[in-house]
Amino acid sequence: MQFFFEVLIGGLLAGVMYSLVALGFVLIYKASGVFNFAQGAMVFFAALTTVGFISMGAPFWLAVALALLAMAALAFFTERLVLRPLVNQPQITLFMATIGLAFFIEGIAQLTWGAQVHALDLGIADEPIEWLMGNTGMNISKFDLVASGIAAALVAVLAVFFNKTRTGRALRAVADDHQAALAVGISLHRIWVIVWMVAGFVALVTGLLWGARNGVQFALTFLALKALPVLILGGFESIAGAIVGGLIVGASEKLAEVYIGPHVGGGIESWFPYALALAFLLIRPEGLFGERRIDRV
Amino acid sequence: MLRNFRLSALLGAAAFAVAGTAYSQNEQFIPMNGYWVGPYAAGGSGIFGGFIDYLNMVNARDGGINGVKLTYEKCETEYNNARGVECYERTKKRGPTGASLVHPLSTGITYSLIDKGTTDHVPIVSIGYGRTDASDGRVFPWVFPLITNYWSQNTAKIKFIGMKEGGMDKLKGKKIVNIYHDSAYGKETIPVLDAQAKKYGFEVTHIPVAHPGNEQQAQWLQIRQIKPDWVILRGWGVMNPTALKAAAKIGYPRNHIVGVWWSGAEEDVIPAGDAAKGYIAAAFNVSGNNYPVIKEIEKFVYAKGKGEMEDKSRVGSIYYNRGVVFGIISTEAIRTAQEHYGKGKPMTGDEIRWGLEHLSIDDRKLKQLGATGFMQALKVSCMDHEGGGSVKFLQWDGAKWNTITDWIASDQSIVRPMIEESAAKYAKEKGITPRDCSKEG
Amino acid sequence: MLYREAGQFKTTYAADQQLFPIRQDRIGMAILLAVVFVGVPVAAATPALAGMIDFNYWFSGVLIPFLIFSLAALGLNILTGYAGQLSLGSAAFMAVGAFAAYNFELRVPGMPMLASFILAGVVAALIGIVFGLPSLRIKGFYLAVATLAAQFFVVWALTKFGWLSNYSSSGVITAQKLVVFGYAVDTPVKRYLLVLAIVSVMALAAKNMVRSSIGRAWMAVRDMDVAAEVVGIPMVKTKLLAFAISSFYCGVAGALYAFAYLGTVEPAGFELELSFRILFMIIIGGVGSILGSFLGAGFIVLLPIFMDLSAASIERSFGLALPAGLVSNLTLILFGALIVFFLVVEPLGLARLWQIAKEKLRLWPFPH
Repeated sequence: MQFFFEVLIGGLLAGVMYSLVALGFVLIYKASGVFNFAQGAMVFFAALTTVGFISMGAPFWLAVALALLAMAALAFFTERLVLRPLVNQPQITLFMATIGLAFFIEGIAQLTWGAQVHALDLGIADEPIEWLMGNTGMNISKFDLVASGIAAALVAVLAVFFNKTRTGRALRAVADDHQAALAVGISLHRIWVIVWMVAGFVALVTGLLWGARNGVQFALTFLALKALPVLILGGFESIAGAIVGGLIVGASEKLAEVYIGPHVGGGIESWFPYALALAFLLIRPEGLFGERRIDRV
Repeated sequence: MLRNFRLSALLGAAAFAVAGTAYSQNEQFIPMNGYWVGPYAAGGSGIFGGFIDYLNMVNARDGGINGVKLTYEKCETEYNNARGVECYERTKKRGPTGASLVHPLSTGITYSLIDKGTTDHVPIVSIGYGRTDASDGRVFPWVFPLITNYWSQNTAKIKFIGMKEGGMDKLKGKKIVNIYHDSAYGKETIPVLDAQAKKYGFEVTHIPVAHPGNEQQAQWLQIRQIKPDWVILRGWGVMNPTALKAAAKIGYPRNHIVGVWWSGAEEDVIPAGDAAKGYIAAAFNVSGNNYPVIKEIEKFVYAKGKGEMEDKSRVGSIYYNRGVVFGIISTEAIRTAQEHYGKGKPMTGDEIRWGLEHLSIDDRKLKQLGATGFMQALKVSCMDHEGGGSVKFLQWDGAKWNTITDWIASDQSIVRPMIEESAAKYAKEKGITPRDCSKEG
Repeated sequence: MLYREAGQFKTTYAADQQLFPIRQDRIGMAILLAVVFVGVPVAAATPALAGMIDFNYWFSGVLIPFLIFSLAALGLNILTGYAGQLSLGSAAFMAVGAFAAYNFELRVPGMPMLASFILAGVVAALIGIVFGLPSLRIKGFYLAVATLAAQFFVVWALTKFGWLSNYSSSGVITAQKLVVFGYAVDTPVKRYLLVLAIVSVMALAAKNMVRSSIGRAWMAVRDMDVAAEVVGIPMVKTKLLAFAISSFYCGVAGALYAFAYLGTVEPAGFELELSFRILFMIIIGGVGSILGSFLGAGFIVLLPIFMDLSAASIERSFGLALPAGLVSNLTLILFGALIVFFLVVEPLGLARLWQIAKEKLRLWPFPH
């Protein structure tokens, strides 16, 4: 039983890390209806830029600030050169454009900083908590706990931003109805730049946490894959959905791998979250927090 | 709109201008089909960096091989099968005698090239990767999985573990976990491990990690339940640092994790930071730039302001040195061929295949090359396309790889029958009649 | 001027319904087919030309993969472009096709190669139907999860179950020798012709299918499924048929990928990345267009090769030794930028660009 809880808690904590990745997708999808394929590339770019500046001798916080600046510039140019010319195009076209953007960002990142892998030390040890280990025999990593704390703080900040600030309300207005938002005088272009900046910020946080976990390398772009089942389960438009979806995916895939995996040859983590999401969607086709749409003829 | 059409027409014309470049006749062409972008770029750029630097060093120092200059051309495969095949097709006819030999540097691309190389008479050299049973040269005349294949490496690893435990008889009742990348590459060593488990009486559990392996909590919690004496890590890419981190997380001692060479470069441990300290990996080449051969490269290439590595500190790293090994093998095969077919002229694919099959690098030769201790002596034959079969073990101390053993020979009594059985099955499936090696010159 | 249908009167319904109603199109198509089927192989056999251009490279390195990817893109376009069901599992259905064809050849003695290919397509179609079932309830981006499940599950299953790869230690299969009607297809030009013939026939079939009643039913479902159901289009049959036929195309493409192109394949070669590539092809080429499948495959397959070749030739002709990685990265950047550029110029894909060109040609050279 203790092992069960260990796996469960480990899974939930891993799930928080997935949620972080999914969050970036949700923000952009909510505000601009774009499924941003480049989110993984943005995570990679943000982390690599930070580490790059650190290796050039910049102190950590300066490097983070510079990376943030780079993400802001990226958001600005993306809006100008990709989103604006494609305004009012079908979703699939915008999706494709973000794929082009992903290639572009990956190329730029590697051209600027090289193909080398880097370590990133945030000063949080990725080791079991002695106290918990001693008292309950459970193995919970300090780093994972801190990472979940950071994720929680990030969500709180986003919540305040969306609910209490003028810009945040404008963002929500745009998410609800582009036309109505335009009608009351909200500038779509400005909102898009802001939302891409926020997504860039989330990408930076994600990149730093995952980078500290597994190293800053190209494989960070693969994180987008981990976010897909989370998004499908939680809905593309809900921040709460991303969090809950992440937790469910994290916990269930770990439990499945440990308890079902050995009986069928293992490695089922690759498809289990999708099977789970599929089963779930069959019952509730609009996702956990997705908006129910009623078709009228 | 029309302007765009005109533009594309222009670009199209440029494409056809590509054909028709003159080659000097006394050149030996070697394609460099590698990868400089994507998730495995660190490995690709390091290995091909070392490879190209070595060729340039030979050109600068000796004026090529007996006066035949070595030329090369890079082609980006992106570690993708389709692109790899395209690169192969593109470069196989380059140079006066076509591609000398091809290093696909991807197990998937190697598989795709086996048939093509055989038909086109281009030797496929896969050093430290590729199809293990191709070590049986009777069935695979054109494929050379040189130095050490995965199965040999694995038996040497068990020997090493036995050494550490104080004798092979001590392995009885021990528990070993094999954590592997869930792919063709990762699965490759399962049968040989099972065979050894039976022979030595240890218990082995195979735990797969789904690609790309950036999350391994479940696997390592399982390992914590099993409490193995040793863990064998058969990872690739991001799976390696993640495994080491996850091991640290459950408090598993890193000096009881033994990795394969694709888990044993600086790039595999640096991202894991302190969690990698003490971790052991098998290797067929060592790291460090204290070897005469690396010094020569620094003297003849880097001192002149040339060299492939933008980051010069990577010279002497595991991947870089592996590329130098690729270079040594390739040039020595060409040299062997020249000694047989006539010095000072470019060799054809057939001739180089002969050179590879009769390649013999003994200790004296290694000393000449400045590579004593850098790589092992090897002798290839028609029967045995592996040639070496030994590995050294390296341990990461947090800053560099330290060599902790001498060359440990593999257990060919286990490996060879398995290779022959597997190759025979392939031959039967493909309708190949194995060569009779006693008739080969 | 040249491209004007004025004066071409249709006097029968049959004439009005033909595949290419405009004479210029028919002539163009005939010329194209003549060139690819006869012209190219003849040119390859002409010693003078063969000395100038490396035809074997163009066949095995460029044209064969281009045709195979076109076929896969065509399959996906039927499902996504015509029936409106987003799929991210094309590579999985290709894998099913490749492994199925291998097993038919291996286990059924004397199995004709073409029959294996067709049966491989059928197996892929059956698997497609299974993973298509959720489409009856889930729509849009969410449906992608069903196809993603297919993607990951199939690759996992092919790696896990040794029987499928005849217990090879690593799960890799080596395609048997390609023999069609007792005739060994062993040179690049023969392989090219075989692939070309299969792709042409299947493209023609697709072109006919999408304008038949089933094709119209697909488009109705795509445009508004509720309305389609109301007017009496059987939803279950229509959607599942789309999955089946699309998977059939992908399955045959996968079999060709293994038998006529790579020779030896591993399950990992059919990763999600390949599915994405095929999706990119139809989006760039044009969603809901047969021609678009070919144009998109051309863009995605040929453009990187072309850029790589130009970079290499620039490097050679100027005697430059560009830093390692620079060319590769610039190619990647340029590739990304070009995708965005083409989408900005024509968001509906290259096929739309072609249509616009045709409209222009009707008036050219007197636009007023």
